[in-house]
Amino acid sequence: MSAPSSGGASRDGYGQALLNIADDPRVVVIEADLGKSTKSCLFREKYPDRTVSLGIAEQNMVLVAAGLASCGKVPFASTFAIFTERAFEQVRNGLARPGLVAHICGSHGGIHTGTDGSSAQSIEDLAVYRTIPNMTVIHPSDDLSATELTEQLLDYHESSYTRTARNKTPRIYTENSVKSLRIGKGSILSEGEDVAIIAIGVMVHKAQQAAENLRKEGINATVIDMHTIKPIDTELLDELAKKVQGIVTVEDHSIIGGLGSAVSEYLSENEPTRVVKIGVDDRFGESGGSEELLELVGLTIESIESAVRSIVEL
Amino acid sequence: MEASNPSIESLEQTAIECRKSIIQMIHKAGAGHPGGSLSAIDILVALYGTQLNFDVSDGKSPTRDRFIMSKGHASPAVYSILHQHGFLQQSDLDGFRTLGSVCQGHVDMKWTNGVDFSAGSLGMGLSFGIGTALAARLDNHPYQTWVMLGDGETQEGQIWEAMMAANYHELNNLHVIVDRNRIQNDDFVNVQMEVGDLASKIKSFGWEVKEIDGHNMEEIVEALQWSMNSTSPSAIVAHTVKGKGVSFMEDNPSFHGKAPNDSELEQALEELS
Repeated sequence: MSAPSSGGASRDGYGQALLNIADDPRVVVIEADLGKSTKSCLFREKYPDRTVSLGIAEQNMVLVAAGLASCGKVPFASTFAIFTERAFEQVRNGLARPGLVAHICGSHGGIHTGTDGSSAQSIEDLAVYRTIPNMTVIHPSDDLSATELTEQLLDYHESSYTRTARNKTPRIYTENSVKSLRIGKGSILSEGEDVAIIAIGVMVHKAQQAAENLRKEGINATVIDMHTIKPIDTELLDELAKKVQGIVTVEDHSIIGGLGSAVSEYLSENEPTRVVKIGVDDRFGESGGSEELLELVGLTIESIESAVRSIVEL
Repeated sequence: MEASNPSIESLEQTAIECRKSIIQMIHKAGAGHPGGSLSAIDILVALYGTQLNFDVSDGKSPTRDRFIMSKGHASPAVYSILHQHGFLQQSDLDGFRTLGSVCQGHVDMKWTNGVDFSAGSLGMGLSFGIGTALAARLDNHPYQTWVMLGDGETQEGQIWEAMMAANYHELNNLHVIVDRNRIQNDDFVNVQMEVGDLASKIKSFGWEVKEIDGHNMEEIVEALQWSMNSTSPSAIVAHTVKGKGVSFMEDNPSFHGKAPNDSELEQALEELS
């Protein structure tokens, strides 16, 4: 697929979405000091009256969002992915449990976050939020899809957690193609009958590149952007499992509990299929450049290719 | 209903009926929190009787006043006053803590008509109240938000995140009542983690604060009205007695979360009549 390679980081797409839905008076944006980083600052600049600053206080932020939601508002609260986890119990008990609808965005997800070091690199956020009933978990792959999926949350039926990335990556979608995305439906980027590579976030582009390289070797891979990790698109998983020899999952997230787990959990019971998980192998990161770090933990085009080969060579 | 003006005597009589309900509910369930329900109930009776605007036929009316019971284990106190005002039937109270009952162990807005917050995890209610108070302001609604906190609950850091935020956002439509009953789950508050002079602490966060005897109905009614007239977020620190009204429960940490047995029930009801 030929998509323009320029674009912003997915966090930029989140900020843009808030502006795009700002005409709806129910939208309230909540910040815990990091609006410049999560890009909710774009909304704040234009709509200060509907932006609530709560300082560095994430637990308070989540329950303020819940209170606003109980009065018919649609709150969008953001901070770093890792700091949302500080308020995990608040999300569970104060927001999702009563069935209130507010949307949490954690930016700077994954080891790709870079030089800030391991304290800022959440590699478990998708796993923890996936365990909460009444929660949808989303991780867009570029700025355009972050905008599209965030806009769709405006009239969504349950609370959500969206992870965005700090750094710019090549665009996966065009202004047109992104319009076909739907929360809960995996996006098929290319089709091949041998193997399926299911990726999320910053790894989607690497999955596409791996598939391109493999095609030259005569291995045809389907590439999926599984931007919604929960509810996972089980219909698509069924189709893929029936078609291909095996599946490779790729995520800048712990191999415990994230995309790979979600795919395996479903398929092992419903359509047993070999699943090879590429992710952060139960370890913390460190300071370094984004690409250096991805390489350090084995999140590379080459590792995707060898995982695919290991399936077709079986 | 519009807030009315009942006599002090009738409020005191309602409080006695509520205390009986609380004890009976917990005895029947064989579990629950009598101590903190009995310390809070006089305040709840005054609040529902003199200040809160609500509509029994529409528990989710957008313009209702909100009452957020942050110390959600005192659910029997909430259920007893909701019963007095027609939100709940006796059969609902009889189901307290049983499978499928609208009277869950801890107050829960998802289950109970008239309940505005899902509690159970301490420290969260004041933040939720900031959300409802902000929503009122955004929508230009005059409704008020009342939050009851336990004194042990103020050991949670989130309470102070919220105290700071309420003042920063100038929420004079937000009212807190602290049930200062001096006992928490394991023991006396000053044994577990002394919270000290709560009035001064809250005042230092920019709130208006008043201290009262939380079992003197006249003082409670006056303090609630004082809070309504405040120009900043306001807190009433109500000095109370855990287990108030039942001699063997009063000031007794072991009745924080324990049900009375048959003979204790009998004695309690006798003392309350």
